[in-house]
Amino acid sequence: MTVAVLVEHRGDQVAAPTLEILTLARSLGTPVAVWLGGTPSADAVALLGRYGATEVRHGDAGDAGRLPEVAAALLEEASADAATVLMVSTFVNKETATRLALATGAGMVVDAAGAALVDGHIETDQTVFAATWNVRTRIETDKAIVGLRPNTTQAVEAGPSAHPALVEIAADLPATAVTVTAIEHVAQDEGVPLAEAPVVVSGGRGTNGDYTLIREFAELLGGAVGASRDATDEGWISHEHMVGQTGTTVTPALYVACGISGAVHHRGGMQASGTVVAINLDPDAPIFEISDFGVVGSLFDVIPQAIETIKAHRGQ
Amino acid sequence: MRILVPVKHVPDLQSQRSFTDGSVTRTADDGTMNELDENAVEAALQLVEAAGEGEVIALTVGGPDADAAVRKALQLGATSAIHVSDVALAGSDVFGTASVIAAAVRKVHDESPLDLVITGMAALDGLTSMLPTALAAGLGWPQATLASELSVADGAVTVVQHHPDAHVTLSAPLPAVVSVTDELNKPRFPNFKLIMAARKAEIPVWTLADLGLDPASVGAGAARTTVLDASERPPRENRQIVTDKGEGGAALATFLIERGLA
Ligand SMILES: Cc1cc2nc3c(=O)[nH]c(=O)nc-3n(C[C@H](O)[C@H](O)[C@H](O)COP(=O)(O)OP(=O)(O)OC[C@H]3O[C@@H](n4cnc5c(N)ncnc54)[C@H](O)[C@@H]3O)c2cc1C
Ligand SMILES: Nc1ncnc2c1ncn2[C@@H]1O[C@H](COP(=O)(O)O)[C@@H](O)[C@H]1O
Repeated sequence: MTVAVLVEHRGDQVAAPTLEILTLARSLGTPVAVWLGGTPSADAVALLGRYGATEVRHGDAGDAGRLPEVAAALLEEASADAATVLMVSTFVNKETATRLALATGAGMVVDAAGAALVDGHIETDQTVFAATWNVRTRIETDKAIVGLRPNTTQAVEAGPSAHPALVEIAADLPATAVTVTAIEHVAQDEGVPLAEAPVVVSGGRGTNGDYTLIREFAELLGGAVGASRDATDEGWISHEHMVGQTGTTVTPALYVACGISGAVHHRGGMQASGTVVAINLDPDAPIFEISDFGVVGSLFDVIPQAIETIKAHRGQ
Repeated sequence: MRILVPVKHVPDLQSQRSFTDGSVTRTADDGTMNELDENAVEAALQLVEAAGEGEVIALTVGGPDADAAVRKALQLGATSAIHVSDVALAGSDVFGTASVIAAAVRKVHDESPLDLVITGMAALDGLTSMLPTALAAGLGWPQATLASELSVADGAVTVVQHHPDAHVTLSAPLPAVVSVTDELNKPRFPNFKLIMAARKAEIPVWTLADLGLDPASVGAGAARTTVLDASERPPRENRQIVTDKGEGGAALATFLIERGLA
């Protein structure tokens, strides 16, 4: 049974969650990778092959590929033989997947933390209500589409594999009344993108706009920098760093919240993280209710000492 | 400028939210309008105000208590409201709900043409973000979704989407379906006069028959997914909270090192 995996990539760089999803796909059937936009390099194809892709199907619609109906048409053609279609659960992919579901009659679940094949049906696990509840869902239709959160499956290589075949998708693209009139690329921070980072260190209003310590701590722990909406609203840090229900949902192994109160909107975007650590002046801050370890104190005292102690431990 | 805003009745974020038989528990006491729909109502009001004429119609699909959602929209300044309610709707999935909203939009549009449908980018109960796309597809109208910037001119809507990798500008002819993010605007507060008027407003209730829809095409029976199990996540165990008296940072470092996280 074919399982199509929509590849997340930046230029030629395959994003880490794609490898996690390929790993999951191997437990559901025979994975094929679908690459939209550009043509994958030989290295990218080989990487996808090492994680189990038996074929890499690629198609490019130019700027129009940003429109969900166009992306869905390519994906539909590329996944015509697939019983299951998997992708990273981003706001953009949710729209593409919805169009695909309408075109194919497939059942669909987004923001899933896992998927399994049970008695011929795909069952998924996800969290709702700001990650305070777990829900298990069965997709009733023969065809299933699942959007998965990053960092929910451990990526494991499939072992030595034959080089996957590269196949171009030939789809009739729908005419659309919508036009993409401008694309302005956003400069990316060095290092791992927020959504995929194994460690996230976030700063909120308590930073007073100074992210020096947050960045230093994130770098030391090998993580990405996050923020609350109050911080991005203030213009202290760009919107791309916002963690939360309407920003980026993160599920890293370690989440460090510094000077963040823990409003429900923020918690909803990070509560499913592995270990949660908080630093806050206010002992009653709601963030402590969902923290494994909390320090009641000023981030300007606590972070420098933590950095120093970790460096000393590492013998630097 | 004639704009319809679909608004969802959801449990209050601050309330104890829960599940009953696989569906979100909704009661009048702790139910409210989905917060992001305030941004959608605000966007519609601003466009009508800028045009100097027009109306904002709020529409909700939901059980008897869901009129709380459209009343909230009226408090904010929506001109009128419609509540679609039918026992056959219980357990509908997003595709079912979208087909009902599409039928209601068509009915309104046939009476007098609409320029836009503006939704929130997500309902903060389930956070599926699927409805706006399903609605646009159902109507066969262009979709210009995830708007963090929005303008209308010369019979076209322009939105700017703020994605992590790029800001993308889309343009679509009217009528179109737009969804908005919370970055777009700051919703206004209702004033006393509107609150009082909203309380007394007559809200027409439409059934599936009024929309010419087959009950078998919606509801739990037509849903493509079934919730098998829902359970509250257990609280984190062994939480440790220390007060910094000069060694809080060291304690934090020790915790991270012992867990193999630093
Ligand atoms: C529709 C909607 C969607 C939203 N979506 C999001 C979202 O996706 N993400 C998000 O984050 N928010 C979101 N919000 C906003 C959210 O409700 C909160 O307003 C926001 O998260 C608060 O940010 P904060 O914790 O930085 O600020 P505050 O709530 O002001 O908290 C600051 C904290 O810093 C502490 N502090 C101050 N000084 C120090 C110091 N020196 N050291 C340590 N601690 C200190 C204070 O004790 C306080 O607890 C949304 C709101 C709405 C209405
Ligand atoms: N039952 C409903 N009635 C009216 N509008 C809805 C309903 N469900 C969703 N919406 C609209 O669709 C948007 C996105 O919801 P969702 O796709 O469910 O996350 C919401 O912000 C509302 O504008």
